[in-house]
Amino acid sequence: MASNGIKDRVAIVGMGCTPFGEHWDKGPDDLLVDSATEAYRSAGIEPDAVDAYWLGTMGSGVSGLMLSEALKLPYKPVTRLENMCATGSEAIRNAAYAVASGAYDLVMAIGVEKLKDSGYSGLVISSPPNDGTLSNMTAPAMFSLLAPAYAKKYGVDDDQLKQVLARIAWKNHKNGAKNPKAQFRKEVPMETICKSPSVAGMLGIFDCSGVSDGSAAAVLCRAEDAHKYSKNPIFIKALSFAAGPAEGNYSQDYDFTTFPEVVASSRDAYKQAGVKDPRAEISMAEVHDCFTPTELVLMEDMGFSPRGTAWKDVLDGRFDGEGPQPVNPDGGLKSFGHPIGASGLRMMYEMWLQLRGEAGPRQINGPKLGLTHNLGGAPGRCVSFVSIVGA
Amino acid sequence: MGIVRYGSYIPYFRLQRAALGAGKGERAVASYDEDSVSMAVEAARDAARGGVAVDAVLFATTSPAYAEKLDAATIQAALDLPESIASIGLGGSTRMGMAGLLLGLDLAEAGRSALVCASDLVTGLPGGPRESQGGDGAVAFVTGRDRDSIARVLGRASSTIEILDVWRLPEERFPRQWEERFTADTMAPSIGETVKRALTAAKVEPSTLAAVILDGTNPRSMAGLPKAIGLKPEQLADPLAASVGRTGAAHAGLLLARALDQAKPGDRILVVCVADGVDALVLEATDAIKSAPPVRKVDRWIASKRNDLGYQSYLKWRGILPFEPPRRPDPERPAAPPMRRHERWKLAFVGSRCEKCRTGHLPPQRVCVKCGAVDQMRAERFADTSCQVTTYTLDHLAYSLQPPVVVGVVDYEGGGRFSCELTDVDPREVAIGNRLEMTFRRLFTAQGVHNYFWKARPGR
Repeated sequence: MASNGIKDRVAIVGMGCTPFGEHWDKGPDDLLVDSATEAYRSAGIEPDAVDAYWLGTMGSGVSGLMLSEALKLPYKPVTRLENMCATGSEAIRNAAYAVASGAYDLVMAIGVEKLKDSGYSGLVISSPPNDGTLSNMTAPAMFSLLAPAYAKKYGVDDDQLKQVLARIAWKNHKNGAKNPKAQFRKEVPMETICKSPSVAGMLGIFDCSGVSDGSAAAVLCRAEDAHKYSKNPIFIKALSFAAGPAEGNYSQDYDFTTFPEVVASSRDAYKQAGVKDPRAEISMAEVHDCFTPTELVLMEDMGFSPRGTAWKDVLDGRFDGEGPQPVNPDGGLKSFGHPIGASGLRMMYEMWLQLRGEAGPRQINGPKLGLTHNLGGAPGRCVSFVSIVGA
Repeated sequence: MGIVRYGSYIPYFRLQRAALGAGKGERAVASYDEDSVSMAVEAARDAARGGVAVDAVLFATTSPAYAEKLDAATIQAALDLPESIASIGLGGSTRMGMAGLLLGLDLAEAGRSALVCASDLVTGLPGGPRESQGGDGAVAFVTGRDRDSIARVLGRASSTIEILDVWRLPEERFPRQWEERFTADTMAPSIGETVKRALTAAKVEPSTLAAVILDGTNPRSMAGLPKAIGLKPEQLADPLAASVGRTGAAHAGLLLARALDQAKPGDRILVVCVADGVDALVLEATDAIKSAPPVRKVDRWIASKRNDLGYQSYLKWRGILPFEPPRRPDPERPAAPPMRRHERWKLAFVGSRCEKCRTGHLPPQRVCVKCGAVDQMRAERFADTSCQVTTYTLDHLAYSLQPPVVVGVVDYEGGGRFSCELTDVDPREVAIGNRLEMTFRRLFTAQGVHNYFWKARPGR
């Protein structure tokens, strides 16, 4: 079984990202025009220079026409793809492989989601016609299953765990407050987070990512061409993706304190990138903090913290913006917002800014390797994406 | 011929009559996820336990789940009974539960065993006597040959009377009832005559009866009967008015089930059911009465309860009181082809187990999640398998008539896991390690289609 990777063969030479939030005045087509235009400009190219497109959206449109019509693309290939909440990262991965193969010279990965038009609370995913036995659990409920299982396994009591989860939300809000494009740009006191109304299990409103509209885009080319477009491109070190067999849904061996899909995809990514000790070598990460317990468990699955200790690292501030290994310096899904198809690209957008020293007041000092992690599904049954990038 | 097995079911919730300003006691209330069909399945699971072979399923109710579409077929499927059996639906009068039992006994006499289910969800206009005096519940009997019976038939008699007593148009929700004095006076002679006919056929002296069950739309119509035939008060069975309420078509059977729960070999039981006529049945408990008791007796169901249900919740559950829905999409109706493809999973809770590595799969799978073996599964029913909570959550966001939705990841004894909704549960009491059992429920109704499936509940 090979996963050879394309280390240092593909570069990102331009990116764009709309503010995330409630865009009552913009449809998905407007958001696509905004992020694509910014990405073209960032790469210093005219639209016609891009040979092919990968469009990620979970449910805000169908087919490549959604993009080609919005941008009035002149008969270019546009692939529309979907991989649940990891959709945006899938656009990057497929676009990167296409330029690496030599089939195209310059490509765009773009993602978009328009969630706020539904009028519903939280995320709504429609199912194909079915037998009526599918769970009607909401996303926060599915991820809240991690909390009691983690607490029991590692002997953390409920109050302690609540503090740990609140600390994650507090940190991501603090980071988001420094980000002009984030949906929520306000620090929130720990006390307010702890007292917020319950949504599911131990999770309150502040433990949940922002439901939002937004779009982000990246322009990619082969590494040798990168300097034609950008003085300081960033380079892909690893791209990994794992879709699980849903083992946790069937097997009693799965204990809801880990995502095996994340373990598999991060190991693969570290191998591709030659990372031996992620806790020491990864300068910063944008991870899929859809709900606070997810971020906690991810720290262990990705090897940032030994098993059973991430909760202590969280309380110690290890992953704070000013900490030794910042996680979600842009505010994450929690604070930047989570327009599904755009989120993976938004994570990469933060890498783009940080590695180029353009992150303003939240700039991390001299990052070398950055990691993005994007997850779709739920504990027990999910897809996981991990990328590693460097300057 | 006689009764071979039986089972009963009384839902978990009780509504205090004091909350309705309607006197003392309480009535049984089906939860928001139950209906006459799901309750019949719960009672019939006990009656049909251990794979009793039956040739027909009969279902009697005045509150059918569907006006058109055979509820008995849903019961057949939920019990994982073979398709090669007959089915009959009975309705239109609360006497039809008793009539179904008599018909089942006729089938037994003809050499065919029957599963007779009677179930009712009794709903009256707010403020009326049917609301306060009615109850929800179900009962099931398997009828068969004399030598298999726990109670055999000694005699029986019936009458049919055309009278405007209780009535309801097909499109109406709530029945109406004529003034009781008229119906009582008019029905009483027929009741006495029919009972005497049954006792004569049975060659039984009233004074030798161990239990007498009197059930009907109008208790007043039977008030004079005990004296007329010389019964002592202690022979009369408790009508469960204070603890359950009259459970419509199920009630005579439910009281019979309770009498059987308490019967000794040789005990003779008279059952009288009055509605649009009279059915009277005299039974004698056989020596087998103690050999095959139901898993749960009626008194156990009565004792297993939560009696703090608010009147407003009750009205909401019954669809009488409109309420503000959550900002979530309405449930989608299930589709016919996938329901049919997955019928044994959906209705009988049949998963699969890998023949190579024994891993259990819910829902059934073709490829083993552990060893990868393809198409080497055998079907396994998990409906009666004990299980426990591995992790859980309370979902305050999901659509439900009774938020929060309690969801547990449930592990089955012998292997197998499923994430399912918990019901009849106090959200504050859920914990990792709780033992649960499965129960057949109506999850929701969408675009005119009932969606039945299984949930887990704490042991009752």
